[in-house]
Amino acid sequence: MAPGLRDIPEGTNGAASGVSTSDRDGSRHGKSWVGWLVSDDPPGRLLLNVIMLVVLAAFVFAPFLFPGTKALGVASRICIFVILVASYDLMLGYTGIVSFAHTMFFGIGAYGVAILLAKGWVGWGAVIVGAGAGAAVSLVVAVAIGLLSLRVRAIFFSMITLAVASFALILAEQWRDLTGGEDGLTFSVPAILKPGFRLFADPVLGVTFNGRVITYYLIFIVSLVLFLLMLRIVNSPFGRVLQAIRENEFRVEAMGYQVVAYRTIVSALSAVMAALAGALMALLLGYNGPDATLSFSLMIDILLMIVIGGMGTMYGAVIGAVLVVLAEYYLQNILGAVHGVLPDVPLISALFHPERWLLWLGVLFVLIVTFFPQGIFGWLRHRR
Amino acid sequence: MSKEWQERLQYWAPYAVTPLLVLAVLPAMGLTAWVTLTVAGLTMGMMLFLVASGLTLIFGLMEVLNFAHAAFVTVGAYVTVSVLRPLGGWTADPSLTLNLAALLVALVAAAAASGALGYVFERIIIRQVYGAPLRQILITIGALTVIEQLVIVVWGPEAIPLPKPASLRGSIFLGASSIETYRLFALFVGLAVAAAMHLVLTRTRIGLVVRAGVEDREMVQALGYRIRRVFVGVFIAGTALAGMGGMMWGQYQTLVTSQIGDGMIILVFIILIIGGLGSVGGCFIGAILVGLTSNYVGFLAPKLALGSNILLMALILLWRPRGLFPVAGH
Amino acid sequence: MADAGEALLRLDGVYTDIGRYQILYGVDLTVRRGGVTMLLGRNGAGKTTTLRTIMGLWKARAGAITFDGRSIASMETPDIARLGIAYVPENMGIFGKLTVRENMLLATGAQGFAKDHLDRVLAFFPALKLKWEAAAGSLSGGQKQMLAIGRAIVEPRRLLLVDEPTKGLSPAMVDQLVEALLRMKKEQTTILLVEQNFRVALAMGDDVAVMDQGRIVHSGSTAALGNDEELQQRLLGLSMAVGA
Repeated sequence: MAPGLRDIPEGTNGAASGVSTSDRDGSRHGKSWVGWLVSDDPPGRLLLNVIMLVVLAAFVFAPFLFPGTKALGVASRICIFVILVASYDLMLGYTGIVSFAHTMFFGIGAYGVAILLAKGWVGWGAVIVGAGAGAAVSLVVAVAIGLLSLRVRAIFFSMITLAVASFALILAEQWRDLTGGEDGLTFSVPAILKPGFRLFADPVLGVTFNGRVITYYLIFIVSLVLFLLMLRIVNSPFGRVLQAIRENEFRVEAMGYQVVAYRTIVSALSAVMAALAGALMALLLGYNGPDATLSFSLMIDILLMIVIGGMGTMYGAVIGAVLVVLAEYYLQNILGAVHGVLPDVPLISALFHPERWLLWLGVLFVLIVTFFPQGIFGWLRHRR
Repeated sequence: MSKEWQERLQYWAPYAVTPLLVLAVLPAMGLTAWVTLTVAGLTMGMMLFLVASGLTLIFGLMEVLNFAHAAFVTVGAYVTVSVLRPLGGWTADPSLTLNLAALLVALVAAAAASGALGYVFERIIIRQVYGAPLRQILITIGALTVIEQLVIVVWGPEAIPLPKPASLRGSIFLGASSIETYRLFALFVGLAVAAAMHLVLTRTRIGLVVRAGVEDREMVQALGYRIRRVFVGVFIAGTALAGMGGMMWGQYQTLVTSQIGDGMIILVFIILIIGGLGSVGGCFIGAILVGLTSNYVGFLAPKLALGSNILLMALILLWRPRGLFPVAGH
Repeated sequence: MADAGEALLRLDGVYTDIGRYQILYGVDLTVRRGGVTMLLGRNGAGKTTTLRTIMGLWKARAGAITFDGRSIASMETPDIARLGIAYVPENMGIFGKLTVRENMLLATGAQGFAKDHLDRVLAFFPALKLKWEAAAGSLSGGQKQMLAIGRAIVEPRRLLLVDEPTKGLSPAMVDQLVEALLRMKKEQTTILLVEQNFRVALAMGDDVAVMDQGRIVHSGSTAALGNDEELQQRLLGLSMAVGA
């Protein structure tokens, strides 16, 4: 039995099952441009394809479908989280690594942009350089962490990332001169992203193309590109090795692959993506601070999204981000309604208080890890 | 240097770190401050040890890392609040005996509550994820979130004050150094628990089984011991210890919030990493190191204080990548 | 078979998998009461897997394992041990951080050491007495092996499962070990011994079973094998070490 890439299972993404959007006569080689776009890894099942197309359409036409500043802000946030969570899935779902330092890279990217813009360098030059610097620093830090600690057991590694992430948080809070400390940095975004800017003098189809809309489309397009890029990565030979590592690390090592090298590369890629997502976040908020990008509650959110959505599928990140962000905004309303009709019994009414939305998401999280470890997308893809 | 001497140095070096640290800082701060800070550091170390020792034993024996451990600390603190409310008369009384009695009741209650919750937790949550590190991490983090929210449901979202008992407030003087009285109490309790743990681990059969199980679980089973039952016992003991730690930490901070466990859990993880996963002795030394470092740096270079322990951890990992006293197989 | 002793341990058609890999393909093995059965074969043949399966450390996918008439295939390891089966693994299973005394103590019941048994073991392995309070990890390889065997016999057992005890030992130690095991046999302890050392096998065993690729390819008495040069050659083609 000759060792080699041949031994690594193909198509573990489940693209083999169900309908492929690339070609309906059964051949799966991406002759169509759609197949090329999604790297031959479409959602797979009819229901899922429909869902994802609907979601895609919702994003493309968001300013028209959901008017109002708040809705557009929510949509932007979801796009950014899709990248943040998908890049986390690269490590968690595809390679089997649990890192708590992901929000650190998110923050580094955001601070890259924020620091330059806040210090007075305005315009797109600052944004590009800032994002690039954030990505570069993230890359270096990720490689350093990887080389130092990916040789140790998984649990040890996770604990170390937790400690490093706390250190970054402390650093951001204390280094006022650079990061604005706990108050963070507020800055002006480039001109065309400002709310006052008008792309077209008159509204198009009822929507005024102001800076916010442009910001949204910028974020959406960049996110889409990064997402498709990640899809390509996981479906490449490199990605298949990652999955093999997740399945059986020892066997892969025995076959001659340097597992540490692969893990380091994937965490570097993941960190760079997170940093870019952070840069987008900074542009969205016009602000960055420890609470916006470095907090541990964000880390919990990422975990919620990826587990609920479905690990190891990429599309799971989309589902998870949409569901959890919407839940954060609207679950409180639902709970509030329930809370209102309940009798004033102390414990019961406290359970349904709107501010306890995290309790219910947490319960959902535990249930899904227990009964549906593949998450919503994974479950829908592989059932029957 | 001859090989034998090299080996000896290798073996004893980790033990030397703490004494070296303690001696090295003395010239930088003068005797008065040094006494105060060293006692403060040892005390903090003892409280951290209570929480960390349970976690390291659980990991060493069962290879389960309970990311929800912080929740048991929090529960211990909150239970203390509830237990001390009706005993307000005892704690406000200047009599040391009454104060200590009240604290003892609280200590037992916190340990019992956290231990009971630990039993339920082991049955419902942990039992499903033995041998699956990824799911362990995920499920225990989810459980942490849920338990902390439930704590808010039961006790409310506001921070609750947890004052020290009357006779343990203020400080006493050792020469020119001031030492907070409560610290001495915490130090005493911590040492007592550590001593009790040491006795159980070294003098009893169950302790022997646990120590062997940390090294080689399979072989212990092959010798006829039903290790699953031992797991449950160790888990309960670990969470009870966390509850005790929570009680003292809560009183030390004098304010209890639902995040109180999270605040100290990073330090606990650092202690585990420094000491070596699975080693109770390493945990003891690690806890003291962390406590001392926090206090020394807090005095000498306050800006570095918060990050100092993480830097300490990084330094030790560069020297000994598996911690100071790694257990074979971990 | 030379003697018609009854079987203390029987494996019938045992299949064991580890993860996705099949290791045992229908192992049939009989271990006679009061005798020493040698399990021979080269590395990877499945000898260790067989012992671990008997001990319950790995579960057989199919087949029956009977000990003294009782089915143990689905029992948990501690319960199997409590039936009187002692296991000495290839890596010896010594607890390095515990003392020699503590290692031995673990093998006793709640009442601790029985003096005469302990004295007997220490008579076999005097080094253990010398290092009684030393950490087991500080012992030499040979001493560790002594400790592992000593621990297995400090209480009366009905069956000893021993995995390659002579590996890496000096000839003097090998002799010491063989002597101890033969004494055990005299005291009615049944032994299933995995060995690569053919010389030891011939010296000790009553019965021999040879494994290759997860199956038993030959079983019979040691005497018969010792007299049959041609059979030896054929089986030796499975690259067993002839002498230490």
